[in-house]
Amino acid sequence: MSWLVFALAFWIGAWALNTYLANSRWRGSLFVRVLVPMLFGVTLIVLWEGIVRGLGVSPVILPAPSTVAQTFAASTDILWEDFRQTVLKGALSGFAIGVLAAFVTAILIDRSAFLTQGLLPIGNFVAALPIVGIAPILVSWFGFDWQSKAAVVVVMVFFPVLVNTVQGLRETDAMQRDLMRTYAATYFDTLLKLRLPAALPFVFNGLKIATTLALIGAIVAEYFGSPTRGMGFRISTGVGSLSIDLVWAEIAVAAMAGTAFYGLVAWAEKRVTFWHPSHRRS
Amino acid sequence: MRGLLPILTVLAAIVAIWYAAVAPMNIRGALDVAERAGAEVMPTESLARFERPIWRLMVDNPQYIALGYSLDRPRLPTPVQVGSELWKTTGEMALNGRAFSKRSLIYHGWITLHSTLWGFALGTVLGMAGAIAIVYSRVVDMSLMPWAIISQTVPIVALAPMIIVLSSQVGIEGRTVPKAIISAYLCYFPVLVGMVKGLRSPGAAQLDLLQTYSASGLQAFLKLRLPASMPYLFTSLKIGIAAALVGTIVGELPTGAISGLGARILIGDQFGTPLAIWAALFAAAILAGVLVTLLDLTQRATLKRMGMQA
Repeated sequence: MSWLVFALAFWIGAWALNTYLANSRWRGSLFVRVLVPMLFGVTLIVLWEGIVRGLGVSPVILPAPSTVAQTFAASTDILWEDFRQTVLKGALSGFAIGVLAAFVTAILIDRSAFLTQGLLPIGNFVAALPIVGIAPILVSWFGFDWQSKAAVVVVMVFFPVLVNTVQGLRETDAMQRDLMRTYAATYFDTLLKLRLPAALPFVFNGLKIATTLALIGAIVAEYFGSPTRGMGFRISTGVGSLSIDLVWAEIAVAAMAGTAFYGLVAWAEKRVTFWHPSHRRS
Repeated sequence: MRGLLPILTVLAAIVAIWYAAVAPMNIRGALDVAERAGAEVMPTESLARFERPIWRLMVDNPQYIALGYSLDRPRLPTPVQVGSELWKTTGEMALNGRAFSKRSLIYHGWITLHSTLWGFALGTVLGMAGAIAIVYSRVVDMSLMPWAIISQTVPIVALAPMIIVLSSQVGIEGRTVPKAIISAYLCYFPVLVGMVKGLRSPGAAQLDLLQTYSASGLQAFLKLRLPASMPYLFTSLKIGIAAALVGTIVGELPTGAISGLGARILIGDQFGTPLAIWAALFAAAILAGVLVTLLDLTQRATLKRMGMQA
């Protein structure tokens, strides 16, 4: 019972502190802008811990965060092996291939207005489809190891990146292109110096969508067959054998990998497209 | 209709590539079938065939390439095979009055649609409520917004089996609720982001004008912010419903569901019937297309009534 009371008290206290901070005169500072969401996250974990302990929830249903943290610390070698199999081999290689293929395809079809008109609506439609369903087919084509996972990721990230890149390449207006013409710029000059930079905000938009899709694809594909390692494999077998704490540790790894991957792309975007209005200091 | 020709051309090209790919993809299966029927195929032993590259097999056994287009269990079925399987499990069964038999994709599509709509409704309500809270409260904005973004970088599929287990432990019967939770999780974010953008879209001049009318906060919300957010809302709803469908199918994939399009894919995989997988995939694609189109039509009609041409 005391755990429940403590969790509730912590919640109220953190909420009050956050309200104070958000309305204080330091609200614009980086420290407060990081502290407020951190406090919110910590509160959620404390609430979770308090409810699990206070109500005596069985660890088979929902383990407390502290139990998960212990399991995490105790099985780092398994987690690292799974991380390598799923994220480094499956998701990242698929992401690289898919993004590169989409990028090259976008530049190629961009040369023909006819193809662009035909492919944009189809690409937009396909990007909205539940492509994850293709996982079992690709697993049966490419075998159980990471190649099939990478293939699923390639298919999943291809269309969002393609559509965004094609759209981005059309971003320049006639005035800018005419200016390049008066400089006697060739097609490649215009592409490299004007149109690709102008397309970058769109490309990064597609890349950010693709980061999440890449992890989803790599994990789902493992539900349909994998060697005896990998995050999806561990999760699906862990649920069956009631080692729920290990499953949550895997989920934590997946969450951190996803956030880090996304953060990396967002960071690169900030560095590369610093000139874009959305990144300028206001 | 000028835009239709390029689309049709690209579609035709895709179908052509598909047909061309069927031959190399299925040549091994075709040779196995031919051998079992007693025909003479070029390396006679199956182990030797396994080690030959595909193009060699096609050159050595040109008469069996056609067989690859009509296999029962092809690695890659032809579009016609997929279409006829789709028709067999939907239209034909409906004509026989068995539209809702457990073998018909209409039944499984309905199960999927049901969860999708619940998840969509839940996600939309959550997203809109979150957006209103974010726009009106600075604390919520500062503490919730980063987590909303982080929540989307967490691969939901990792959580999906846990949500299903948890909800069954808590005593929720059936799979509709966990599936709806998963699809709401994927669906709320676009709605939240779009709605925040929309609610903040009225300029300072417009808000000031309402203040000179001494409009209350609620009036300003109902008469200015909410209407101004509609174009943003509909755009995000279209993304949201597609995401909700993905969520439902992901919820049906991992842990032994028996009904729903995702479960058809799973079962097709386990029983080695690729045609069933392909038919379910296309049914899911059609469902996604119909849902997005319906929302698009609603958007056009609504914005037209409101005087904002889409």
